[in-house]
Amino acid sequence: MVSTDLLVSLVPLFPLLGFLLVALNTRKLTHGVTAFIACGSVLLSFIVSIALFSTLLGRPESDRSISLTLFNWIAAGDFSASLSFLVDPLSSLFLLIITGVGFLIHVYSIGYMHHDEGFNRFFSYLNLFVFFMLLLVMGANYLVMFVGWEGVGLCSYLLIGFWFKNQEYNNAANKAFIMNRIGDLGMLLGVILIFVHFGSIQYTEVFAKATSLDTTTLTLITMLLFVGAMGKSAQIPLYTWLPDAMAGPTPVSALIHAATMVTAGIYMVCRNNLLYALSPDTLNLIVIVGLATALFAATIAVAQNDIKKVLAYSTVSQLGLMFLALGLGAFTSGIFHMATHAFFKALLFLGAGSVIHALSGEQDIRNMGGLKKYLPVTFFTFFAGVLAISGIPPFAGFFSKDEILASAFAHNKIVWAVAVIASLLTAFYMFRLFFLTFFGKERASKHAMEHIHESPKSITIPLTVLAILSVVGGFMGVPEALGGSHWLSHYLHPVFAASHDLIRVHHLSHSTEYILMGTVVAFTIVMIIIAYVLYISKEQVPAAEGQPTGGVQRLLANKYYVDELYHAIVVKPLYWFSGIFDSIIERLGIDKLVNGLGESVVAGSRVTRLLQNGGIGYYIFMMVIGIVLILAYAVIR
Amino acid sequence: MNALPIDMGLLLAGVLFTLGLISVLIRRNIIFMLISVEIMLNAAGLAFIVAGSRWAQADGQVMFIFILTMAAAEVSVGLALILQIYHQLKTLDSDAADKMNG
Repeated sequence: MVSTDLLVSLVPLFPLLGFLLVALNTRKLTHGVTAFIACGSVLLSFIVSIALFSTLLGRPESDRSISLTLFNWIAAGDFSASLSFLVDPLSSLFLLIITGVGFLIHVYSIGYMHHDEGFNRFFSYLNLFVFFMLLLVMGANYLVMFVGWEGVGLCSYLLIGFWFKNQEYNNAANKAFIMNRIGDLGMLLGVILIFVHFGSIQYTEVFAKATSLDTTTLTLITMLLFVGAMGKSAQIPLYTWLPDAMAGPTPVSALIHAATMVTAGIYMVCRNNLLYALSPDTLNLIVIVGLATALFAATIAVAQNDIKKVLAYSTVSQLGLMFLALGLGAFTSGIFHMATHAFFKALLFLGAGSVIHALSGEQDIRNMGGLKKYLPVTFFTFFAGVLAISGIPPFAGFFSKDEILASAFAHNKIVWAVAVIASLLTAFYMFRLFFLTFFGKERASKHAMEHIHESPKSITIPLTVLAILSVVGGFMGVPEALGGSHWLSHYLHPVFAASHDLIRVHHLSHSTEYILMGTVVAFTIVMIIIAYVLYISKEQVPAAEGQPTGGVQRLLANKYYVDELYHAIVVKPLYWFSGIFDSIIERLGIDKLVNGLGESVVAGSRVTRLLQNGGIGYYIFMMVIGIVLILAYAVIR
Repeated sequence: MNALPIDMGLLLAGVLFTLGLISVLIRRNIIFMLISVEIMLNAAGLAFIVAGSRWAQADGQVMFIFILTMAAAEVSVGLALILQIYHQLKTLDSDAADKMNG
């Protein structure tokens, strides 16, 4: 039996080695070898994660955490930080999802990217991403988490701008990176404040002292950390980068921008659940931001026509729901939804990728339709994903979403109502997408229809596995009302125990829960029927660009003009200021100063070089005068 | 034995030094400039001897030996340079060697 310490350090080691092997030999390795190394390293990580998971399960509940300090990294004065890992129920769950879903997406990428000339580069980035993501969730202090946090941001940037010859994609990558930087600033300030007030950045030490700190400081710290989460997890007002991030290859959208990286904010809040539980103001803010994001993004998704954009806004909306859960103190529900969302959203993105692949790069749902008979595997798996995200029992999304709605209902009826609207909109736009893509007339171009083909095995197998997970994933958290025992909440209980003592969680009676479930499911089915009537019975197709549309529709299709608003209030003034600084401070100030210095040196030397006339007698004379002056000075003094 | 009167000795040294200096400044022939420098060196040496005699110390004479040695070395280098200058410029006029001007 290998020691658990070794297992812990092996988890991030494999992807790192995979990255180094592939990145250092990008030109030499054949595609087959690269695929083997990249997928193999993540698979090994996954196996080790399972081993760690079962080790944790085998221990008594109070002893379920493994911490490992590799070495002392920084020691300066009072400050010390070590490279240390912490594996507890929370991070082990993330490890399983990151490496498990990550492995499936790696396999999928083999098929999806095999025509691409950047195949090896792509896989090296993916492995690097997995490494940083593991660092993020395994770190036992804020600094290691921050390194992972920045690292995944870097990989996200590299992969969004993967096809760097397209300037628009580069712009999208820059946007993602800069938006994340704004959030990261808050995050960094939060970590610094934690060090200032707690004198340590180790989780265990911080949480042990958390109750002794005053609420104001804690609120400030948690708000700053949440700003980081807003950036990373695409919440209002920093969400606009995520839809643009769809410029990257589809497996990237699935792995980074749906299943793993964007949930880093959820992880961070859950890791700091004690701090958040002690600052109710921040929790209220999270509820508001999460709820607003969930509704806002859902309405935008209704009017989008790009298959990946719909899914991107859907991701933003679902992340909003998760934050809503966290804000209500229902940390377990947030994690539960994160897990099921990772399954079904990765599935939906990969399914969308399969469709795009089959149609030779077509992404507009107005040019799809009738693909059911051409792509049977994609069709069925996508259907499973759509049912899961819409919350139809017994698919995974039903259980996790229902749990969030139940705690929202217990907290406040208005919050519940808004969350329900957001989730009904989700059902509507997902079925709109589904019907427009797979049913109705074939609207794809002739060229695309000639090449249409079901995707290869490397694509369909991950789809199938994820579809199965989307169907059964919810059973890890069947609520008591439905006769389950909610295994997940028991498993996570040690992590959230201290917070659950602080936040009073309302428990609904079983009958109320039945009514809530029934209402939501009934309304969801109504939404599906509406979508069916609109897009199958009436065969409506969204209007093409330039055709007159209603005001609301135009507002939604243009995403409430938020990008334009940001452009007007942030980007434009910034450019304006830069222009002023450029023409005044740069041109008139700095340039004049530097050029003036240069010119004065030239002019001065033009005069002084006359002194050097080459005559020895003159030099001697000057020297004598100099010596006499020095002596005279010495005498007078 | 009477010591040299120090003021007279130093006056002589000063006169010699000034003569040497003036001659370095006004002469244009490089050989004469070199000779003038020798006069200045010897004036300095004389000042050391006088001072050494006044305080009955051997240091003054030691310094003079140093100056003598240095002067010999200096002359050997200086003459070699003068030869080179003559070789290059076919003249000993110091003003002719003014190519290194700004």
